[in-house]
Amino acid sequence: MSVPFLLFFVCGVLAVTGAILLIWAKEPIHSALSLILVMVSLAVLYLLLGAPFIAAIQIIVYAGAIMVLFVFVIMLLNAGAEEHTDFSRLAKYVGLPLGVILIFWAAYWLLRSPAGGGGVTGGLIAGPDSTQKLSKQLFQQFLFPFEATSILILIAILGALVLARKQE
Amino acid sequence: MSVVPISYYLVLSGVLFGLGVIAFVYKRNIITIFMSIELMLNAVNLAFVTFARAHDQLDGLVFVFFVIVVAAAEAAVGLAIVIMLSQNRQSLSIERINHLKL
Repeated sequence: MSVPFLLFFVCGVLAVTGAILLIWAKEPIHSALSLILVMVSLAVLYLLLGAPFIAAIQIIVYAGAIMVLFVFVIMLLNAGAEEHTDFSRLAKYVGLPLGVILIFWAAYWLLRSPAGGGGVTGGLIAGPDSTQKLSKQLFQQFLFPFEATSILILIAILGALVLARKQE
Repeated sequence: MSVVPISYYLVLSGVLFGLGVIAFVYKRNIITIFMSIELMLNAVNLAFVTFARAHDQLDGLVFVFFVIVVAAAEAAVGLAIVIMLSQNRQSLSIERINHLKL
């Protein structure tokens, strides 16, 4: 078994374990920490796929900024263990099996998908200058959407300020 | 050197998305429901990067960039809404936040 295979299986198992722990955990803070585990192992998979820039912003923005925001809000609101009131029997006996079926169905069809023919080595996105190519794409072809995201972030800041302000 | 087949990544992405859906309908804490949305976004990002690699196109990576930016904006506004809700209702359980329910 080669190194990429081993790395893929270790990170894949870690990611799925983290996702299951997110469902399993009763305390929101445990769910948040297991989600960070998923994000870090996905960052390793992005490196394995030859996308170092995406791996970096996965760590910095997702695991760094967004999850810190989540943990901060959990701490601020003093969120304790969630209470499960008797939720509907339909959800328990139909919903959960259908969710499991969805997972296996999706896995089966993706395994058989026509895109799945063997891995690709080298190529455009995997070289040492892949970040340079990505930035050229981002600042030439996608310049207008890129500038639009800055306005989106600005509006999100304003929205968060207005919503979280003390109500008078 | 053998490489990992593209379909393995897609299967992992599908499994993570399914687990995100299950967490979304199963969890009762509004913050955890929010986190399961982030899990689904992560699964979709993995599929984007995988297809970018499979077709040797950079557009998939640009899309992942935009998804991450939108997720950051969504987390900021959404968590502000969560703070407001918990101030108004004194609870984070979605059993208590049912005022739009018929």
